[in-house]
Amino acid sequence: MTMDKRNPAATGANAHAEAPAALARRVAPQAGGVPRWIRRNALQIGITCVLLLLWGLFLVRAPATFFSKNIYAALMSTVPFFAIMALPLTMVVIAGEMDLSFPSIMGFGMVVFVHVLEATKSPGLAFLTCLLSGFLAGLLNGTIVVRLGLPSLVATIGTQFFWRGVVDVITQGQPASLVSVKPTLLQRLLVGRVGGYVPAQVLWMIFVAVVVWVFLNRHRFGAHVYLIGDNRESARLMGVNVDRVRMLVFAVVGLAAAFAGVLASLEVSYFWVTLGEGYLMRTLASVFLGGTSVFGGQGTIYGTFIGCFIIAIIEPGLVAMGLTGFWTKLIYGFIITASVAMHAVLSRRLAR
Amino acid sequence: MEYLLEMRNISKRFGEVQALRNVNFCVRYNEVVGLLGDNGAGKSTLIKIVTGYHQPDSGEIYFNGRKIERLSVSEARRLGIETVYQERALANLQSLWRNIFMGRELTTMLGFLDVAKMRRETEKLMVGSMGFTSAAVVPDSVVGTFSGGEKQGVAIVRALYFEAELIILDEPTMGLSLSETRKLLDFVRGIKEAGKSCIFIDHNVFHVYSVADRVVVLDRGAVAGEFLTKDITLEQLMDMMYRVAQTGRLSENNTECLPAAPIGTETP
Repeated sequence: MTMDKRNPAATGANAHAEAPAALARRVAPQAGGVPRWIRRNALQIGITCVLLLLWGLFLVRAPATFFSKNIYAALMSTVPFFAIMALPLTMVVIAGEMDLSFPSIMGFGMVVFVHVLEATKSPGLAFLTCLLSGFLAGLLNGTIVVRLGLPSLVATIGTQFFWRGVVDVITQGQPASLVSVKPTLLQRLLVGRVGGYVPAQVLWMIFVAVVVWVFLNRHRFGAHVYLIGDNRESARLMGVNVDRVRMLVFAVVGLAAAFAGVLASLEVSYFWVTLGEGYLMRTLASVFLGGTSVFGGQGTIYGTFIGCFIIAIIEPGLVAMGLTGFWTKLIYGFIITASVAMHAVLSRRLAR
Repeated sequence: MEYLLEMRNISKRFGEVQALRNVNFCVRYNEVVGLLGDNGAGKSTLIKIVTGYHQPDSGEIYFNGRKIERLSVSEARRLGIETVYQERALANLQSLWRNIFMGRELTTMLGFLDVAKMRRETEKLMVGSMGFTSAAVVPDSVVGTFSGGEKQGVAIVRALYFEAELIILDEPTMGLSLSETRKLLDFVRGIKEAGKSCIFIDHNVFHVYSVADRVVVLDRGAVAGEFLTKDITLEQLMDMMYRVAQTGRLSENNTECLPAAPIGTETP
């Protein structure tokens, strides 16, 4: 694949001689004024501004809360529970798919965790089997979508109910205590407090963000995720293994959901059978707030990362400002709709 | 070895439809083969088998004299078969460099992208082969903003970059202006001058006649006939195409065609 051996360069040149002049005419007017870097990252800059504006508002209107470090400790301990799912979910959406089943997979993974823990008394083994079952549950989603050709939205509505049902049947609605895990290394590694203050889960969240970013932006796998979401047929024509990549993105979300389930349960040393309920909309909203296109082919990990914090900061912020919890959903709705509208306008005006 | 590509007795069925029936097809070294035929004649199916997109139900494929079992798209590209699908195989939301290297990204052993190198190579191709010199187009430019002719330039350069031995052009003149078409035909002649082979598929008899060394006519899933363009005038070719459309045959005495049959020694 070296350039030197590539000889027909000259033949391509005359195939396309008129390009420069026409191109200059066409691109010049829109290039004026706005630097390329800003145009290309308009969505990320926009969403960062939304977070900073909200944060500034809360700092001004609720200084007692937002100048104390307790609020940040609370955010760092709870945001990772859904952010760890939102980050890989971004890949699913970029690939042009959708997954609604991850909240149930959180619960299912923990059922496996509890049972393996009970049988083996080994938290490490329980953790690994839990991750594996999450991965397999995700892979099942991928298999149904790819091999049977079901739309992923529909398929994962089905598996969402299915895994929730599995949890209900196996547990018979009985929660389980995880106090026995509390003194173990696993507990400290996953949800301990680093330096007595920083929750370990937020470090895991950053780790997941970095890993997903690297794979999405600097690995063949991620390149194929974008290509498939952009134009599945062209990816296939150019030799991309479309089916395998589509199956894998679902499997990774399943794995992440099982991991998030463990973190959320160990944090409270208790497994509630309803684990995962309430995470669906928050997680999806984070992805779309971050500027990921529902049509596929576009989206960033940075955007999702910021989106998660926007979602998480709104509720405590409003309450600290003196509004009742009844206002939360209304403001959520407003901010999410406005941000997504902003993305649509920005990508039409600038990104092109 | 006489043939770059040789396909023997290829058959392919899609459900009720017999798309190809015992087709023999070959491409010699440094030869431009025009593939003609009506809609539904099987041109696309045959090409998609060559590119590894479809697997034939039966038949054998040889490339460079070596028998190829289970050809996949990535295997075909590895062998040096590149296809220009025009705009159909571009990802419009992605950057130029991601499109150039689509499906064949330059990576390290572990699959991590060598982004810097891909950008650099794209830059070179832009100046050297695509004729993009405007400062407004960079390797990171999104392909969706390009014009039709520019997109085709991208598709062609992509095929060239990987040192293809066999370049397939699938209806490349569709939707092109007169001057763009002329450039494209020049490009096909360029492939020949560079010593490569080409399969050129088109509806337009004029375009095919003007660049092909040999023309193969498909009809209803079978080869209706083949001949060298230097042995035949454009008028004769047109007459034959009408006859094929009506009877499915090129002429009364030329009903069956084997790869080597009508042409033996006079390849250029």
